[in-house]
Amino acid sequence: MSMATPKQDMVTMALFTAAVLSAPLWLSPIGANYPDLLQKFAIYGIFAIGFNILFGLTGYLSFGHAAFLGVGSYTAVWSFKLLSMNVIPAVIFGTLLAGLFALAIGYLSLRRSGIYFSILTLAFAQMCYNLAYSVLTPITNGETGLQLDIGDPHVLDSLFGIEYTGLPSTSLFGLQMTGYSGFYFCAVILILAFFLSLRIFRSAFGMKLRAIKSNQTRMMYTGFNTRPYLLTAFVISGMYAGLAGSLLAVTDPLAGAERMQWTASGEVVLMTILGGAGTLIGPLLGVGLIKYFENIFSALNEQTLHEVFAFLPDWIENLTVAIVNPFVGEGWHLMLGVLFMVIVIFLPGGVMEGIRRIADLPRKFRRKAEKRRQEAEHAAALRAAEEEG
Amino acid sequence: MDAIFLQILNGLDKGGAYALIALGLTLVFGTLGVVNFAHGALFMLGAFCAVSLNLLLNLEKVVVDPSQTTPWGTPLEIRTPYLQEWFGDFGTWMIDYSVPLSLLLVIPFMLMVGVAMERGLIKHFYKRTHADQILVTFGLAIVVQEIIKANFGANPIPQAAPDIVAGSMDIGAALGMDPNTIVYPYWRMVYLFFAAVVIGGVFAFLHMTTFGMVVRAGMHDRETVGLMGIDIDRRFTIVFGLAAVVAGMAGAMYTPTLPPDYHMGMDFLVLSFVVVVVGGMGSLGGAVAAGFLLGILQSFASMTEIKSFLPGIDQIIIYLVAVVILLVRPRGLLGQKGVMED
Amino acid sequence: MSDYILDIDKVDKTFGGLHALADINLKVEKGTVHAIIGPNGAGKSTLLNVCIGKLAPNSGTVNFDGQILTGMHPYQINKAGVVRVFQTPEIFPDLTILQNVMVPAFAKRDGTFTFNFWKSMSAERKIRQEAEHVLEDVGLAEQMHNHSGSMSRGDKRRLEIAMALVQHPKLLLLDEPTAGMSRHDTNRTIDLLKKIKERGMTKVIIEHDMHVVFSLADRISVLAQGRIIAEGTPDEIRGNPKVQEAYLGGAEL
Repeated sequence: MSMATPKQDMVTMALFTAAVLSAPLWLSPIGANYPDLLQKFAIYGIFAIGFNILFGLTGYLSFGHAAFLGVGSYTAVWSFKLLSMNVIPAVIFGTLLAGLFALAIGYLSLRRSGIYFSILTLAFAQMCYNLAYSVLTPITNGETGLQLDIGDPHVLDSLFGIEYTGLPSTSLFGLQMTGYSGFYFCAVILILAFFLSLRIFRSAFGMKLRAIKSNQTRMMYTGFNTRPYLLTAFVISGMYAGLAGSLLAVTDPLAGAERMQWTASGEVVLMTILGGAGTLIGPLLGVGLIKYFENIFSALNEQTLHEVFAFLPDWIENLTVAIVNPFVGEGWHLMLGVLFMVIVIFLPGGVMEGIRRIADLPRKFRRKAEKRRQEAEHAAALRAAEEEG
Repeated sequence: MDAIFLQILNGLDKGGAYALIALGLTLVFGTLGVVNFAHGALFMLGAFCAVSLNLLLNLEKVVVDPSQTTPWGTPLEIRTPYLQEWFGDFGTWMIDYSVPLSLLLVIPFMLMVGVAMERGLIKHFYKRTHADQILVTFGLAIVVQEIIKANFGANPIPQAAPDIVAGSMDIGAALGMDPNTIVYPYWRMVYLFFAAVVIGGVFAFLHMTTFGMVVRAGMHDRETVGLMGIDIDRRFTIVFGLAAVVAGMAGAMYTPTLPPDYHMGMDFLVLSFVVVVVGGMGSLGGAVAAGFLLGILQSFASMTEIKSFLPGIDQIIIYLVAVVILLVRPRGLLGQKGVMED
Repeated sequence: MSDYILDIDKVDKTFGGLHALADINLKVEKGTVHAIIGPNGAGKSTLLNVCIGKLAPNSGTVNFDGQILTGMHPYQINKAGVVRVFQTPEIFPDLTILQNVMVPAFAKRDGTFTFNFWKSMSAERKIRQEAEHVLEDVGLAEQMHNHSGSMSRGDKRRLEIAMALVQHPKLLLLDEPTAGMSRHDTNRTIDLLKKIKERGMTKVIIEHDMHVVFSLADRISVLAQGRIIAEGTPDEIRGNPKVQEAYLGGAEL
């Protein structure tokens, strides 16, 4: 955990920016370069980065972050309907309102820690979800989900003399947010979000959060009031979730309550720990892996599997298909569950820990070889001494 | 007055289910110190044991009678369940009673599942953080849920109560009130009785046997019991198995009231965690009391009179209670002072 | 105006039926080292816990430098200038040794809460220098980039002393600072504490090791079964028959 120098961080940022902006190029060999999936990578990446600021740094496991995602989505769609099809107000309002929700929920939930905190966040998120489905239908449009209508006022747009015929699409000052332009909008925000998270990780604030995770009681005897720290982290991560939610609405102006369900909160937990909670890049890796494989595996079915494995001898082909089939298509969630367990059991530090272990291997081998050499020398010396004596 | 009485009755059987699930959950938490997010999945597994047995009992022998045709012109198929074919009336009786009979399947099966789960997975998580326990059991819950979904489909599968208790009783009329005001299905009464028996059984087991005494002592002070040289590991396995059996039975018997589907486990899990928290983590009596209390509260909240001035209250009442309890009295209604409080 | 910086006034604390502290009155003069000795279970650690706000007394007050500490949050007591070194080392095991010392240094500079999320740690040169300086004092400077979780117990205790010193407390409470240390480490710690003594910091020290007590303390209070049975200079305590009976009986002096 040595501290990275500002120079190293600048290199990281530059590489990251280049990688994100050129993603359509280098992801094309694995067939992941179409805008829809790229947008998902970026949006859930923001969600996970934000979640990691809370869970990764402080260790507080929230099971209610999907609620903030949902709030962001609903707010953004309302901003499209009432104010303007421009994405800027939608994103700003979505993030801010989610931040307000996070402030209220976090203020109450952070009075407890450990599993009680998890249950409190879960309870609040379930309340939001259940209400969105029932009495809040005038705001959320219940099961159908909130969407654009022909008669929407778009007050700001009318002010500037923009009229729509038919259902309008979201835009950034006239640039339509569909396809690659939508992705690049999300990508720029992802880069900014990552940069902010990098600053937090490297700052004194970030180190204090880590110290809270390490030994919260000690922090209090060290002169810190830990609750405002935790609340700040909670609100920041809630705003990240709201930002991600509003971006979901930017790329597809439709918001449904299922986005707020607790299994959705579970997904972001999974993505974060799969990549490596508490690391900078880990959550993004987790998002990439899960969203990519979700995309591939959920599109497969028995027939496509037979095509994939057609090169094998028939009986092996059938056997392979029989084994793999339950995990693809509808069974993708089964795969997800298994993956979840495997990661928690064998690799609690996620992919990043795996990478670190592999990177450490040569050094380990060298150390082992060194030790063996020393032992051999020692034994030889002993033998020599014995012979003399 | 009768409306209130009806709501209490309506809440009781749901409360019974909550209490049974929460009982196992809190038992496992109190003795093993494990937060089991897969406990709802065990409830669901029990329910699907009942479904499976029902399907099994209803396997039919198909005889094609070429001499007759259906109105659609296809040859008439005569379907008779094998059981009826082999055992006659007794076979029909067995099919009718498939739900209660499924307990015979549920008990050994769930015991097996519980023991396997504890030995194979949970055991390795005693020393890990609560967050890790939550995550791994959450993963397991997803796996179980998806297996059920793959095998039984996504739609609820209704199960019938035995004919003899299929109808409803007009309790209002029986008590001399207006008829048709308080109508209560017989099966719910059966469930209530069943829940009471199981709860009583678990308590008797924990209070009257040496084994149970050690388990309860362990819930108070795990380290001391460990130091007394008592083989805790085996007891943990049995406790976990017991919790699994109770959850499974609760699920199987609940099928005539609520047609089981693949996500019922998750639905009930969140609720029963709330029940455990309200009752007090690690408190058995608290779990039972809170289970019934919340069941009744929930049915009150769904009364139109209450919904009209507190819209949506029926959707959130349980979570609201949980939040208030956690913030005001984190050890729950009957939890001991200082136990699991932070 | 007295020169007493710490004034424990009629503090009483019971646990269930057990009287852990009974009517404790203790005054500590500014700039001195005050040792509290006594057999196990005498209530020494409880007394410190009351001082730092970990436990609330049933009655009585703890006055410090013109403030009443009783009823304050632990972090407020820290801010008032009272810092404790714990008996079982309380460190941040997931951070490096240097970071462990930087955290309390930030507490001193930033107060109870500061949202300084933009400035990089590597730009916090002053804090870092302070931390390195203190680490040199306690002899942990060479390994400061190592993980603190895997240190030896003795090293952890020295790290804890460093974490306390970096905050420049007005009053330092030391709970058996040398327990579990080797002879060599104990002597090093005594030297270290002597060095701080010269800087004029007031210290209250709980200790079993009489060698440590008599080489550091200006005054000694003897606690037994929740009561102070004697108080005085080291020589007075050494000669007090009551103390010898209660505590020093078989000890080598």
